[in-house]
Amino acid sequence: MKHAAGAGRPHVRPYVRPMKGWWTRNPFFVSYMVREGTALAVWLYSVELLAGAVCLAMGEGAWNSWVASMRHPVMILINLVVLWSMAVHAKSWFDIMPKTMPMIFVSGKRLAGSTITRTGYAAVVAATVVILGLAMWGRP
Amino acid sequence: MPDNAKTIQIEVLRYRPEQESEPVWESFTIPYTDDMSVLQGLQHIKDEVDGSLSFRWSCRMAICGSCGMMVNGIPSLSCKTFLRDLTPGPVRVEALGHFPIERDLVVSVDGFVKKLEGIHPYLIPKEPRALSEGEYLQTPEELEKIEQYTSCINCMLCYAACPQFGLNPDFTGPGVLALLHRYNADSRDGGRGLRMEVLNAEDGVWSCTAVGYCSEVCPKHVDPANAVNQNKVNSAMDYLLNLVSPRGEKS
Amino acid sequence: MKKRSNAPIFWLLFGAGGVLSALTGVALVLITGVLVPLGWVLPQDYLAYPRVLAFAQNWFFKAFLFAVIALFAWHAVHRIYHSLHDLGIHNNAGTWMLCYGSALAITAVGAISLLSIGF
Repeated sequence: MKHAAGAGRPHVRPYVRPMKGWWTRNPFFVSYMVREGTALAVWLYSVELLAGAVCLAMGEGAWNSWVASMRHPVMILINLVVLWSMAVHAKSWFDIMPKTMPMIFVSGKRLAGSTITRTGYAAVVAATVVILGLAMWGRP
Repeated sequence: MPDNAKTIQIEVLRYRPEQESEPVWESFTIPYTDDMSVLQGLQHIKDEVDGSLSFRWSCRMAICGSCGMMVNGIPSLSCKTFLRDLTPGPVRVEALGHFPIERDLVVSVDGFVKKLEGIHPYLIPKEPRALSEGEYLQTPEELEKIEQYTSCINCMLCYAACPQFGLNPDFTGPGVLALLHRYNADSRDGGRGLRMEVLNAEDGVWSCTAVGYCSEVCPKHVDPANAVNQNKVNSAMDYLLNLVSPRGEKS
Repeated sequence: MKKRSNAPIFWLLFGAGGVLSALTGVALVLITGVLVPLGWVLPQDYLAYPRVLAFAQNWFFKAFLFAVIALFAWHAVHRIYHSLHDLGIHNNAGTWMLCYGSALAITAVGAISLLSIGF
């Protein structure tokens, strides 16, 4: 709770309200913080893959340890949370994408934000299908 | 008052620096009709109950931008917010968020005005133009690129919505950046180079984290979030161009 | 004269990592974190050493793995750094180094590891 300077006028003491807990006071802000929170999962997954790359470089023994640790129930639970976070990230990324782009005109008409978002969702589904498909095709 | 008159409770965050060191909530119960706005409720309080209640208003039709305040925690124009939608109450009315409170519902707008002055908020011709050349011509597409941004009424609800402004009052903010974009994107304007400095600064577009609430609360559907975030692309391109061939600020 | 921010570099990395993780994150976590460990749809020995080694020695897949590891990290730290500010932890050189430094470290170690397994 702070008072800004009153510039010599005794009855002028502007009151500055505190920002503490600002994001808890509006559901819109809670959703925003959840969206931003997905970054923790993205970071964690990067580190998981990094650990895999390091173990791969260290040889078969180290690699097998990495594979085994990914099978640990705790890791699977963590990665289920990471999986959900990736989905939240993907959806929220394309939800906000229209706001981040300049206006696009297609034969004189402005491209609607919802079109951009839906195209994004479709791209996520397509990429997921392609990667899963490649993985299935690569089965031993 | 007839027995069946409807009443509603309005709680106002009062602040009179000469008599209190911190704001205090004060409750008023007033009669209301379905056509009354929150502004009219405040006017009733001032006229009939407590003449010391201080608040800004003017047009009472959502075009002057004077009556911005927090109604139940949401940045709103009090003339455009209706008591019938807030029943059964109580209705909590507070000064516009993220701004220092001067008195009751009146906030200090000095910072906003300074920022607005700093972006050259007027058309700067690309080159000198004689009257004989006639008027500027714009295609419908060129108009569409700027039209929504021209609707800003400087009500500052977007600043109350923006947590980055709340956390850092030096952030240029959604409204001023949307107006900056309104001029940069106008086909008649040649002042982009003068305005880049504001965009490129840390307090320019780079303090925005795309929360998007500013566009949610804007009563004129300006979509300042879009204006600010579009300009991240412009600012980034300007940054890369500057790496390749450094030049003065005027493009 | 206002100082020009260097944010664009990190914002571009944030954006690239954001798009890559939005498009591929679900599939990659599903495969490596759920399906293979549980042996669902894909066998549990799907990631046997010789198969993965061959995969990572392929220049294209090696580049893809590097992109995922590095860009996911640069995306994440940019967001985390700004979220700390949102939570009231003021940005300073220390928090900056912690966040972006970790991405640099992840990038460097990732590059070294992926290169060292050869082509």
